Amino acid sequence: MSYDHPDVILCPGGPMLLRGRHTVEDADGVPHETTRPVTAVCRCSRSASYPWCDDTHKVLPPKLRPA
Amino acid sequence: MHRPRLPLPRGPLSEELLDALPVGTDFRATLAAAPSATGDDAALALWVLHELHYRGFAGVDDALEWEPTLVRVRTLLERDLETRLRARCTPPEGRPFVADVLGWIDDQEGVSLARHVHHDADRDQVLDLLRARSLYHLKESDPVSWLVPRLGVPAKAALMELQYDEYGDGDPNRLHHHLFALGMAACGLEPAYDAHVDVAPAEALEQNNALTLFGLHRRLRGAALGHLAAFEATSSLPSRRMVHGLERLGFPDELVAYYAEHVEADAIHEQLAVRTICGALLAEEPELEGDLWFGAFTCLDLEDRFARAMLQRWGVEERAA
Ligand code: FES
Repeated sequence: MSYDHPDVILCPGGPMLLRGRHTVEDADGVPHETTRPVTAVCRCSRSASYPWCDDTHKVLPPKLRPA
Repeated sequence: MHRPRLPLPRGPLSEELLDALPVGTDFRATLAAAPSATGDDAALALWVLHELHYRGFAGVDDALEWEPTLVRVRTLLERDLETRLRARCTPPEGRPFVADVLGWIDDQEGVSLARHVHHDADRDQVLDLLRARSLYHLKESDPVSWLVPRLGVPAKAALMELQYDEYGDGDPNRLHHHLFALGMAACGLEPAYDAHVDVAPAEALEQNNALTLFGLHRRLRGAALGHLAAFEATSSLPSRRMVHGLERLGFPDELVAYYAEHVEADAIHEQLAVRTICGALLAEEPELEGDLWFGAFTCLDLEDRFARAMLQRWGVEERAA
């Protein structure tokens, strides 16, 4: 039996989980290396640790949260 | 490895237990005192018995971890704790855990110590909080590691993905409970978890006891993972508040770094805990959904009680999160 093990998981209302080593380029073209087995990439654009999620999405009104 | 010292007793049962442990031969008086023990006394006795399963104590025979009379005492105290936790538990009815738990947690209005630290706490209150929290933070994630052999393949792999990050991704310098020890030492606090037990309120002991109870009993694996999910889900934003409060009060960088690490790590871990870990558990064992809610509820309930106890001893009025 084999199990699903996606590289990317989109979390409703929250970040995108990204498995493995990657370089993520932010909106200004600055590259950021992932350092953990799984990283949460911000999808609401309001994280103080952008491009990583810092849970700021939780304090946004529902319509500003990622789908 | 550092061997913790035994704490000071807090009543008849813990007195019997702490007298008997260094001698190590006769625990009949301890057993006799167990059924009537309550409050601080019962919480401390159970904490001490649980510690025999983690690091033991200086001057106490390691073999006492599985001494049958002590296991009976432990069982009596654990039953009483579980009964009390279940009696208080009022989780939402009929809501799917994976889809709804994060939203449900956001709607709860517990007392927030992080908010107090952010805006109002003074230095001594923060040091007091660090001492009380050290019981947990200095063995952070260890109670959850008991679960690994008790899970099916997908839940086990998912839990290890999270635990690996908790334990520093293979780098001892990034291991979370070591980061907390560095932060304590930088503040001039002894970074050993026996150093501050005597000043920890019963509510802090009980938080630890519940976690160990859930971790040590295979039948409570659902509660343990529900607790994990709620714990991670109430960490990132409060850790940001801790960072601001510690910076406001001029605490050392090492301590700030511990909380800063949790802002980012726990924004990931809460999603893993709910979606990949609890999700995988439920796919294989759907009958554990009630215990996931029990664990999550208990996590918030015990934190709320701890927060109220700390504010009360500082003479501070309660404010909701
Ligand atoms: S998605 Fe979490 S902070 Fe933006």
